Amino acid sequence: MSSELQTLLGILLSALLTENFILVKFYGICPFMGVSKKIGTAIGMGAAVTFVMGVACAATWAVDNFLLIPLDLQYMQTLAFILVIASIVQVVEMFLKKSVPSLYQALGIYLPLITTNCAVLGAALVNAQAGEGFRAGFLPSVLFGVAGGLGFTLAIVLFASVRIKVDKSNCPECFKGFPIALIAAGLIALAFMGFSGLKVF
Amino acid sequence: MKKQFMEGLLTKNPVLVQLLGLCSTMAISTSLFNGIGMGVSVTIILICSNVLISALRKVIPSNIRIAAYIVIIAGFVTMVDLLIQAFLPDLAESLGVFIPLIVVNCIVLGRAEAFASKNGVGASALDGLFQGIGYTVALVIICIVRELLGNGTFGGGLLNGGEGIQIIPADFGAKILTMPFGGFLVLGLLIAASQWLVKRMEKKEKEGNK
Repeated sequence: MSSELQTLLGILLSALLTENFILVKFYGICPFMGVSKKIGTAIGMGAAVTFVMGVACAATWAVDNFLLIPLDLQYMQTLAFILVIASIVQVVEMFLKKSVPSLYQALGIYLPLITTNCAVLGAALVNAQAGEGFRAGFLPSVLFGVAGGLGFTLAIVLFASVRIKVDKSNCPECFKGFPIALIAAGLIALAFMGFSGLKVF
Repeated sequence: MKKQFMEGLLTKNPVLVQLLGLCSTMAISTSLFNGIGMGVSVTIILICSNVLISALRKVIPSNIRIAAYIVIIAGFVTMVDLLIQAFLPDLAESLGVFIPLIVVNCIVLGRAEAFASKNGVGASALDGLFQGIGYTVALVIICIVRELLGNGTFGGGLLNGGEGIQIIPADFGAKILTMPFGGFLVLGLLIAASQWLVKRMEKKEKEGNK
């Protein structure tokens, strides 16, 4: 296997399992806790986030490489990236409203909130810090975003299925709702630690 | 003012009650140094952005306000990020990407939308300060618990030349608490404890009124 393909496979597997965005890296906990009450909305949210992350990683890569680096303005990365992400989310929102109104209705308030999802900005910033070489190229950067989004989807769908049971469980009054859900999420994170022995590159 | 302080610290604590800004809370709470560094950075950014947004609240058109807030916040975050990189490189390294990620920390945007856009400059500055203190206190408690039970040390990165003071022998530390699982567990327990405390206070107040 060529080393480039190996790197791509490594990015995919690590973003999905060993370095899962939510359960290991703690990017995007807010929507993870907020939209995980039903499996259906969890899948919709995961798909929307995956799409936005893919597009955002492509766009921020272009902004970084064609605008910020040539002009020596890397310290503006955070500001430039968040603006790019906010406008992509706005476009996605308008597109969904016109063409897929049912999904638009289902996602509701969480659609504009993708802007403030740490996972999107986090992926863009990690890409920007990759430095030189093949990893900093266009394809690995976009793949990292998409794979991170898939990892997000995997975690949120798994968690939504656990949470349905947890919410009906009988636990001490002060643990009801959020605390017990966090502990359940912790147990899923514990299970994901089992993947940490899996090193591809 | 005392009421505002108690709200920030306990009854409306951004982390424990409003459940905002959880990503950074869990991700970096592994040593006291991280906790204080992150807490102070967020507090400074909260005060600055609250003051500026409050001062500009009559100028910013309401339908693009969120975008305007994000640009203001991102500006302050970039400043703090550059300052930390220049003067505290150790902190910059251990917090990593979570300093720029303060931009998308819901606490800052949440306070801008819920408080600074409706109130005067002075009140907004105080609100930023108290909410920041509430965040820092919650973060520091989680840090102390995870560090002490995980590594057996106290004040890692700060005291004793960065090693921290060894209180429990390192071999007895529950290493699992320094891993992601520990973040979820300790935060879950702390929120449960704060809910218990708030309920108890409400009960006492009711009894006092009777």
